[in-house]
Amino acid sequence: MTTRRDFLRGCLAGGAAAASAVLPETACARDTLQRPPEGLGLLYDATLCVGCQACVAACKKANDNPAEFTAVDKLWDTPLDTTGHTFNLIKMYRNGTMETKDSELNGFSFMKTSCMHCADPSCVSACPVSAMIKDPVTGVVGYDPDACIGCRYCVAACPFGIPKYQYDSPTGKIGKCELCRHRHKDGHYSACAEVCPTGATLFGRTEDLLAEAKRRLALKPGEWTTIPRGRLRPAQEKVLAGGEDGKGHKHRHGWRDEPDQSYQAQVGNYLQHVYGEKEYGGTQVLKLSAVNFQKAGMPDLPPKSSAATSETIQHTLYGGLMMPIAVLAGLTWVAKRNVVPEDDNEKGGQS
Amino acid sequence: MSAHHPAAPVGGKLFNLPVMICSLLIAAMFAVLFVRFIFGLGAVTNLNDGYPWGIWVVFDVVIGSAFACGGFSVAMLVYIFNRGQYHPMVRPALLASLFGYTLAGVGVLFDLGRWWNFWHILSPAYANPNSVMFEVAVCISAYILVMWIEFSPVFMEQWGLKVQKKKLEKVLFFFIALGTLLPMMHQSSLGTLLVVMGPQVNPLWQTPVVPLLYLLSAVTIGYGIVLFESCVASAAYRREIELHLLQPMAKIMLGMLTVFLVVRFGDLVVRGALGNALKPSLEAFFFWLEIGCFSLPYLLVGTRGARRNPARLFLAGCAIMMGGVLLRVNGFLIGYDTGLGVDHGWNYFPSIAEMLVTIGMFALEVLGYIIITRRFPVLPREGAAH
Repeated sequence: MTTRRDFLRGCLAGGAAAASAVLPETACARDTLQRPPEGLGLLYDATLCVGCQACVAACKKANDNPAEFTAVDKLWDTPLDTTGHTFNLIKMYRNGTMETKDSELNGFSFMKTSCMHCADPSCVSACPVSAMIKDPVTGVVGYDPDACIGCRYCVAACPFGIPKYQYDSPTGKIGKCELCRHRHKDGHYSACAEVCPTGATLFGRTEDLLAEAKRRLALKPGEWTTIPRGRLRPAQEKVLAGGEDGKGHKHRHGWRDEPDQSYQAQVGNYLQHVYGEKEYGGTQVLKLSAVNFQKAGMPDLPPKSSAATSETIQHTLYGGLMMPIAVLAGLTWVAKRNVVPEDDNEKGGQS
Repeated sequence: MSAHHPAAPVGGKLFNLPVMICSLLIAAMFAVLFVRFIFGLGAVTNLNDGYPWGIWVVFDVVIGSAFACGGFSVAMLVYIFNRGQYHPMVRPALLASLFGYTLAGVGVLFDLGRWWNFWHILSPAYANPNSVMFEVAVCISAYILVMWIEFSPVFMEQWGLKVQKKKLEKVLFFFIALGTLLPMMHQSSLGTLLVVMGPQVNPLWQTPVVPLLYLLSAVTIGYGIVLFESCVASAAYRREIELHLLQPMAKIMLGMLTVFLVVRFGDLVVRGALGNALKPSLEAFFFWLEIGCFSLPYLLVGTRGARRNPARLFLAGCAIMMGGVLLRVNGFLIGYDTGLGVDHGWNYFPSIAEMLVTIGMFALEVLGYIIITRRFPVLPREGAAH
């Protein structure tokens, strides 16, 4: 007789536990994170890129990475994709006769592949040991090999396929672009942008880069315009540089002094889309292209980040350990009534 | 209900053919692991930049731990739902779970690329509570510990530690409660692992209710495993099959399975993802294969008469296990696509060496099960037979 009542109690406890798994999306909802205001990034303009791969070579050098051979003669660094030893690569879109640059039909185009430095990175959310960390000021997604356990959840989580593990080593690390953060203290910025001869890869504050991207989109294709190269200086910094601070080698902002490298170029036939402005909550690396982004190799992503969905579920279930403790209390109460000591387990068999 | 028999060692020789085969397979595993630790993961596995997780994660850990849910499912039935008649099944089920989980925990080390840092995952200095993996790791570690405590009366009985056993039994109810909570937490979270991968996982398996699906299926698999193991143990040790227990348990399994399938299809319909199952694609094929496996038990043991047939119970257990395997393989491998359809040409099929490790781990479980059931009081004492 008591059995039935106990059974119902058990159902109640079990039901509460099961229900706790269904509740997400309501309490503790975690919104998609936004870019930090001073966040740093890159603007890649595929219509300016000539595919020279100078950025790929500079990236290898700056990060002390070995060449990777895919051809028989092993003369040139020819990685086919980013790897644990290649953090930046220019890929190519080709179609038909490949006559026209930046044309989807019978044309070709380039696309830079490297870390997008998401506003709300999946890899940072996924990492169980805080080896992937987003800098709260610069927003750079950095990696700490001394913390990393090599579980490769970051590799699986990233929708851009960016963090990569070095499978060829017994002590392999995760390799990815960290926006050359190790060079920032010397006033250097991302090597890929430093060497880019056409300004296709431009370094700067993401907010400035976004404004620059929108300026280009607003121009008429074929028009002549000024294209900055290297590092994009915000308007107020130009004023400062011309003023009393003009003679020093390093400015207040910490970057090395450089002559203005901007030049006149023709406006590309852009798609009206700044890739990275909204994708997955926004990224700090932005891209412009004349060829469809999916065709050029960039995934089509919703404005909500997966990290937000995942953390909402986690924190709804485990926030402050409230739910597990409540369920445990219920289970303990029920178990205490039902657990019969082994010695008189004859009782346990009768029902 | 027949009087309850206390557990007793099965006895018999330890050196026989199954033990020899298991030992050989374990030796092969160690050979592969030697190469893996000297030369790295790339030397033995087919893992690549598009498939960072292979069978060592998906089979050894995600599926291995789900297969080890027998202990949790039966303990919940006995102690939470107070179904005392199933008590004789607790120990054998718990033993299988103990091995499944302990080896899943050890197996993770083989797969960790920077394994010497593994302790970081349990250290507050490195903890990332936002990470699903963190929760899974902490929870599984705690559960392994709890299971050894739950199982320790078996060793105490055999070694005559009466006083210690009495003391432990006074607080055992708490460990049993904890041992019910922890698997609920991490079995659901093993599904939540998929959520952060976002649109890289096919909508047939990427859903916000994935934790509930994995939890429900793990409980169901738990009963399926008990059917399977009971049949195998009875056949191997030439013991009477516990039909009076397996028959009603199969019914409970069908009930859980129905709940699972209702949630599974309800979710697909609500999200409007069912259309993905009707496309002529590999994913759709594997989806229906998964659903087919989960539906087979209704045909096999759907009627009372059918549930009296041990062969049908065994097959129903196998079908549930296959369904569970497919749900997980489909989510983590078949339905997973790095780069979101932008073709990088990535493929993954496990290498022979990878399979040898997974098989070796399984052999280690079987070997441990044989040794412990023959020497320690785990299986119910045989009444009249032999």
